[in-house]
Amino acid sequence: MKASRAARWAHWQERLILVLLFASASVSVVTTLAIAISLGVEAIGFFREVPLIRFLTEREWTPLFAIKKFGILPLVCGTFLIAGIAMVLAVPMGVLIATYLAEYASERVRRVLKPVIEVLAGIPSVLYGYFALLFVTPLLQKFIPSLSGFNALSPGIVLAFMVLPTIASISEDIIYAVPQSIREASLALGATKLQTTFRAVLPAAGSGIIAACLLGFSRAIGETMLVTIAAGQMPNLTLNPLEPVETMTAYIVQVSLGDVPHGSLEYRTIFAVGLTLFLITLIFNLFGLFLRERFIRTFQRFA
Amino acid sequence: MEVVTAPKVEPEAVRRRRREVLMEWLFLVSAWVALLLTISILLAILGKLFADGLTRINWQFLTSFPSRRPEEAGIFSAWVGTLYVMFLTAAIALPLGIGAAIYLEEFASRHWFTRLVELNINNLAGIPAIIYGLLGLQVFVRWFRMGESVLAGACTLAIMSLPVIIVASREALRAVPVSIREAALALGATRWQTVRDHVLPLAIPGILTGTILALSRAIGEAAPLVTIGALTFVAFLPKSPLDPFTVLPIQAYNWVSRPQPEFHRNAAAALIVLLALLLLMNSIAIYLRNRYQQRWRI
Repeated sequence: MKASRAARWAHWQERLILVLLFASASVSVVTTLAIAISLGVEAIGFFREVPLIRFLTEREWTPLFAIKKFGILPLVCGTFLIAGIAMVLAVPMGVLIATYLAEYASERVRRVLKPVIEVLAGIPSVLYGYFALLFVTPLLQKFIPSLSGFNALSPGIVLAFMVLPTIASISEDIIYAVPQSIREASLALGATKLQTTFRAVLPAAGSGIIAACLLGFSRAIGETMLVTIAAGQMPNLTLNPLEPVETMTAYIVQVSLGDVPHGSLEYRTIFAVGLTLFLITLIFNLFGLFLRERFIRTFQRFA
Repeated sequence: MEVVTAPKVEPEAVRRRRREVLMEWLFLVSAWVALLLTISILLAILGKLFADGLTRINWQFLTSFPSRRPEEAGIFSAWVGTLYVMFLTAAIALPLGIGAAIYLEEFASRHWFTRLVELNINNLAGIPAIIYGLLGLQVFVRWFRMGESVLAGACTLAIMSLPVIIVASREALRAVPVSIREAALALGATRWQTVRDHVLPLAIPGILTGTILALSRAIGEAAPLVTIGALTFVAFLPKSPLDPFTVLPIQAYNWVSRPQPEFHRNAAAALIVLLALLLLMNSIAIYLRNRYQQRWRI
């Protein structure tokens, strides 16, 4: 009888462990729900007082001033301006580097350069901000005297190097994963190595590379400390990269550091802005993940 | 009379070949320009940082609290806060991350819930850090009434690093050969005994490597902690997990956003200390990986 009791105990222990493990796995789902709920609750409170139409159409963002305007446009514009500058630089550089490393570089060069590029991803964003504000901006001012101390250009350039590892690293993996048979077929038809790379391998890797760029873009949009430090905290509806702008993330930091009382309308603005940011990055992320999945599925048959 | 001439090489082909060589050369040059630019930015960042801040680091700087006078200010509360938050984050995230990874890798069958969790983890990894800050502010600081405390900060960072830890832990578990599991099960071990006594011990170095890397990402990030209300001026050490706190990146941010160049030097020095800490953690992770990495011969 004793043995069976021990067996029953083992059985229950096994059950209990399984429940605990299942609970840990569920944390990720709970997190997503919690994000949606915590942003949603405050954002609903906000939109009760400020109608959505004002939020989307007003052209000024001044919730902390006496005359309050609640147009998200300047913040979205500032965010996209800086992220856009970053992508203009980071996409060509990232794809070039990825193509070179995957198709041309020797194994030794690859082994040395890949970690060097990935170091860039490990640098804290406050340090990038420090560098942009105190090194890049003064340097640029020597060439562009009209550049103001806070501007979109300098953090945009620095942000490019911050998202470069994401783009280069994912693209490289993708290009590397293009089946050898595609290269062989192209070479067998008499194409040169360069033609093979650009007309057979890269088009095959296309959706994966676009996925890498989307994920990089979503990272650029969500970057916070760098743009808070170097771009300024002045909501500005402009496409001029020489002027100060404020991003959505920088606004959230600005309010978090100030002493806006909990529960006030001003306080709720950060959740409305956060929800907007969350939805924008969600769209880019899901689209990026979908494209990457499709790439992997397309070539699984060859492997 | 027919003259037999050697077939002339077509000038068209020669031109094409020459263009091809030129294009290839162009491609390689631009790739190297991009690479050198990237490396020189990395060197410029480090060069600027060390030129500004290295001479500011001394015993006084490491053991003083922040101050209005830049030459008397220090990072005592900041580095203590960073270590405190880091260990608490690890204590929360590690069991959850390993648990989730074990469930997904060793127990779950492939059904809709597993798919949902996987999609979720991939998506969570792409959500901006500052959104986790808003989550922490609402859930931990306000709903759970933790206040603007070390504990709230650690919970926030734990939730943020969890996706990375889960992915790394799953890879480590997957690297353990199936034959180990089959051997244990064949001898009558239950599934949990198999995991606990055989699979997990072999996977632990890989899991720790991934966790340390995730943590080094998390503690370098100031945004979520700023959002949950970590302070920028803390003239005391947190004694309990419910005390207010500050961390190195926030202290550096506070100094860099002041106009005086003396404070900028302090910021640089604080960032050097932060980098040193990150370097130390990464070295430990790489050491663990190289020391315990197993090559299975099957």
